[in-house]
Amino acid sequence: MRVEPQALTARLQEKYGPAIEVLPDPTVTTILVPPERLPAIAAELAESFNLLLDLTAVDWPEYFEVVYFLWSVPEAEELRLKVRLPKDRPEVSSVSACWPAALCLEREAYDLLGIVFRGHPDLRRILCPDDFVGHPLRKDFALAQADRWEEGPPAR
Amino acid sequence: MPESTKELYTEEITLNMGPQHPSTHGVYRGILTMDGEYVVGVENVIGYLHRGLEKIAENRTYTQFIPYTDRLDYLSAMLNNLGYVQAVEKLMGIEVPERAEYLRIIMAELQRMASHMVFVASFALDLSGWTGWMYPFRDRERILDLFEMASGSRLTTSYLRIGGVAEDVPEEFWPALKALLADLPRCFEEYDGLITGNEIFQARTKGIGILDVATALAYGVTGPNLRAAGLAFDLRKARPYGIYSRFDFEIPTGQNGDSFDRFVVRIQEMRQSLRIIEQAVREIPAGPVRAKLPKVLRPPKGEVYHQIEGSKGILGFYLVSDGSTRPYRLHIRGPSFVNLGAFPLMVKGGTIQDLVSTLASIDIVLGEVDR
Repeated sequence: MRVEPQALTARLQEKYGPAIEVLPDPTVTTILVPPERLPAIAAELAESFNLLLDLTAVDWPEYFEVVYFLWSVPEAEELRLKVRLPKDRPEVSSVSACWPAALCLEREAYDLLGIVFRGHPDLRRILCPDDFVGHPLRKDFALAQADRWEEGPPAR
Repeated sequence: MPESTKELYTEEITLNMGPQHPSTHGVYRGILTMDGEYVVGVENVIGYLHRGLEKIAENRTYTQFIPYTDRLDYLSAMLNNLGYVQAVEKLMGIEVPERAEYLRIIMAELQRMASHMVFVASFALDLSGWTGWMYPFRDRERILDLFEMASGSRLTTSYLRIGGVAEDVPEEFWPALKALLADLPRCFEEYDGLITGNEIFQARTKGIGILDVATALAYGVTGPNLRAAGLAFDLRKARPYGIYSRFDFEIPTGQNGDSFDRFVVRIQEMRQSLRIIEQAVREIPAGPVRAKLPKVLRPPKGEVYHQIEGSKGILGFYLVSDGSTRPYRLHIRGPSFVNLGAFPLMVKGGTIQDLVSTLASIDIVLGEVDR
């Protein structure tokens, strides 16, 4: 199935309402979906996009943006999926049931940016030590803090 | 397991492997749950080499980050350089001079061979094949000599620049390269004779650590590990970057997705890399090797994801620019990190010695796993 940006968006909008938005990007089709719609949309997309190549998040001043890089390997087609989460409660459903590759990638985003993936079977830190305090890729993370291990284990 | 063994079952034990262990290829640590000799489960414990490269990138200019990419997969510095500089070039719309494009291809494919040589050598060593260790390293040495001529450095080359390469290669580079290219087919045959055809090696790798295409894709496994399962998916063909579309080469694939296929696919890939380099050496034009760029790079606001076929799988750089001189965010997809996610699955139910050979066969480098 070829991925036509307009056709795909129209199909998704018809099904899930106009909240699905196409973001301008010259290199790849990028769609923004509301976090509450993500599980259904991910399940639908997983049928044609069989590879979750990458997953990460960006700390913007107004929100956290989780980015999913999807590939349809047989067609060599790409799709980028984004969800925006509030700064005070960055929580979204895990997509690890659709793409098991998310098991380690979501742990990384949780560890480094503090994004909570609901339904992830084993959401723990992966690169930083278990007793590390804070999420280093957040913009408010102070680089020169003296010792990050004295304050005890972090609150989950 | 035979019935008689089941009766002798007592209890599962937890066995710690690594982070200091000769067969874990760096600081990988696995917590194994064992039922006698059989692996019931593996928990990957990583992060011992985490240096926070993505955070460092936010505090460096775009050019300053190039040397850090050498330290991702430290056996493939040139390929890491390539992925990163092409990401920045894509973000800024920079055209690279022809000669630099060819030099990049030559370096990238030499690096792929050098990385696969370490794989072949260490795979043999993990199965106690000392001679098999020596031969690939003898040949890799000559590739590193070439890198030293070009960049002054053998391992952490930092040879590529945004808009080209650091400088043209010296005159003595070409005869040394041509002599190496002439010798390599015989070297590959030696590996085949020493290792591939070895009865013990085959017994230790055939039918071990099987990973099929569907599982590999679900877990995000790419590169030679995916191709060994039978899917000819290579970004150099599927989504050619740089000037790869100009070269004639094949994508070697396996059939069974076992450790043996993963080994054979890499030996075949070295032969294909050799073909690409030979064509590049024939066709390389004269000319400048760096585009004229301002001293301070200020990419426009926006984001770009650039992926290349690294030596271990798809190496991706997600670069977000806010219009300043430093990346707002850089995310690196280390193929080893994702490939390692499928490892527990591949070794479940096997013996502990199979685990060692499977770990060797997926070819992880911890610099890239931990970043």
